Amino acid sequence: MSATEARAPKRLPLAPHEIVLVVILAIALAVLATLSDRFFTLDNLLNQGRLMTEVGLIAMPMTFVIVTGGIDLSVGSTMGLCAILLGYSWKNFGFPLELAIVFALLVGTVAGFINGWFITRLKVPPLIMTISTLALYRGLAEGISQAHSVRGYPEGFYLLGQGEVWGVPTQLWLLVVAIVIFAVILARTTFGRSLYAIGYNETGARFSGLPVDRIKLAIYTASGLMAGLAAWIFVSRVSTTRSDMGTGIELDVIAAVVLGGTSIFGGVGTIAGTVLGLLLIQLLKDGLALTGVKGDATIVVIGAVLILSILITNFAQRRREQGR
Amino acid sequence: MSATIAQAPARKWRFSLSQEWLLLIGIATLFIVVGLINPRFVASRNLQSILLANAYVAVAAIGMSVVIVSGNIDISVGSLIGVLASISGALAVAGVPVFFAWAIPVVISILVMMLQGALVAYLRIPSIVVTLGMLSILKGGLISVTNGVWISGMPDSFHLAQWHLLDLFIAAEPGKQAAVPESLSALKPMFDLLTMPVLFMLFLTLGAAWWMRNTAKGRSVYAVGGNAEAARLCGIPRERTLMMVFAVHGLFTGLAAVLFATQPSVIQSTVPPNLELTIITASVVGGVSILGGTGTVIGSTLAAILIAAIGSALIFVNISPYWLRAAQGILILVTVLADIYRRRQRGLAR
Repeated sequence: MSATEARAPKRLPLAPHEIVLVVILAIALAVLATLSDRFFTLDNLLNQGRLMTEVGLIAMPMTFVIVTGGIDLSVGSTMGLCAILLGYSWKNFGFPLELAIVFALLVGTVAGFINGWFITRLKVPPLIMTISTLALYRGLAEGISQAHSVRGYPEGFYLLGQGEVWGVPTQLWLLVVAIVIFAVILARTTFGRSLYAIGYNETGARFSGLPVDRIKLAIYTASGLMAGLAAWIFVSRVSTTRSDMGTGIELDVIAAVVLGGTSIFGGVGTIAGTVLGLLLIQLLKDGLALTGVKGDATIVVIGAVLILSILITNFAQRRREQGR
Repeated sequence: MSATIAQAPARKWRFSLSQEWLLLIGIATLFIVVGLINPRFVASRNLQSILLANAYVAVAAIGMSVVIVSGNIDISVGSLIGVLASISGALAVAGVPVFFAWAIPVVISILVMMLQGALVAYLRIPSIVVTLGMLSILKGGLISVTNGVWISGMPDSFHLAQWHLLDLFIAAEPGKQAAVPESLSALKPMFDLLTMPVLFMLFLTLGAAWWMRNTAKGRSVYAVGGNAEAARLCGIPRERTLMMVFAVHGLFTGLAAVLFATQPSVIQSTVPPNLELTIITASVVGGVSILGGTGTVIGSTLAAILIAAIGSALIFVNISPYWLRAAQGILILVTVLADIYRRRQRGLAR
């Protein structure tokens, strides 16, 4: 019995943790759909997709970062900084809006690159490096804007955050494309396999001749770029720019990635898992809100689901190991 | 030959300058420089408010340092302090004796932290995941229970911040100015600084420093944080040590929450934003290595004071307080880089 169980996962398309998630997701969907008739409608589901895009986009590179055994806590602050610079360069420096957007994306990329550079060249632990830039980038956003907001963007700017393309929220297309690209990179390319190697045993990866530092630099930079992209979408969705945008989003992102089965110690994790984690969190939030649970109580459930799902997987894993 | 011999002690002295001394020098420099620009910065009234408003951060940073030394981290601490402060305030308003309004949150804090400790120690879930989950639970729980209503109307004796050292000796009512005898009046400014929260901060820091340095239990935290497997082989059980670490952390978090709750006359039902970040910053700037195994609580208390003083100094030199967070970020970065530089120098010196 246990021997077949141990071998089985290799032939299944999804790892055991993802099966746990699919089951929880199915149960949650079924329960929520019976509790509220507004929940399981196309309109509502698409709208939820719109709401989870920013977290989703950042969760993609975050999965990479955590798979290598690192972490990036600065993404929320990077988002705030990019959002402020987008608004400021447009309104106060007189940049054309297109240029302001490019500028914001560039700032995000540089912000991520700075993280990566310090982590790889100066060997600052990722947790510390990104805690310090969590404070620094948010501080820059607050200092530059002096807590003033920027609004009054031209109508066309809102297409990305509030518009639809072929009946689907515009930014959801972006998220789908990002998911596909990141999933293919992680599962099907040398680069993706290298991430697992680094996370599993960084010294070993180095001795195998992998360009560990360059790979890490690339993923932290990607993390910054995606935070910049998320900032653009966020500003476009809520029609205004404030320096506190994206506060705490790093915790939502990490919760989704970890819930998706990516080990915080590195070496294990998939994009499919992260997507399931994202869906589960967003649909639980929405479904509970629709069934009359107050907004703040829903994050209680999410915290509990996070710990429980990891517990279940840990138990399952231990059972299998004992079976061997 | 003789040159190298002559150089050696100097180099050793220069690079063994500990984090605590660096922080003290940093604090002194800050006070001298900003004091010259604006003398009101060093007025005892301002020193008192800096210390009083931040004593709870320093106390929480003590517990955080113990946790980080053990090789773990706790990002739930900010929300827990928010929850405990509300509980403490609600108990006081409900007419529970003041002592219990202080003690019950501390007990709850220890229990919550031990629950987290059990998940980390026995079920081996990484502490960042456990505390991330707990953060959601506490934050959501707090807002949905209190509905965002602020708690006010606590009895006067509830407010620890109004107790001064002199009050204890002269047995005056808290909050009323004690009638200071002539012989002591010269010392009054000093006694004014030593409000209850500040005394708590001092004694808890010294007590914890002594415990970490001189007791077998305290040393075992370093052992487990440095190398859990080696510690186990030396007969120090990882699980029980971690349970103790989280219980100690719970104690300090509970005390910090009481200090926080008893300081303002209104308790907001939201968690102070990014409080956990400030607390972790204090620990790290204080010289606690995030990789576990090194650091002292005296450093983290000094760092908490330095961070608070920087925040206050910005106002006195007319820099917008919106730059405070950026200054904090640079402070962590500089500390960490200085630490890396020192380690490399030491590595080269060997």
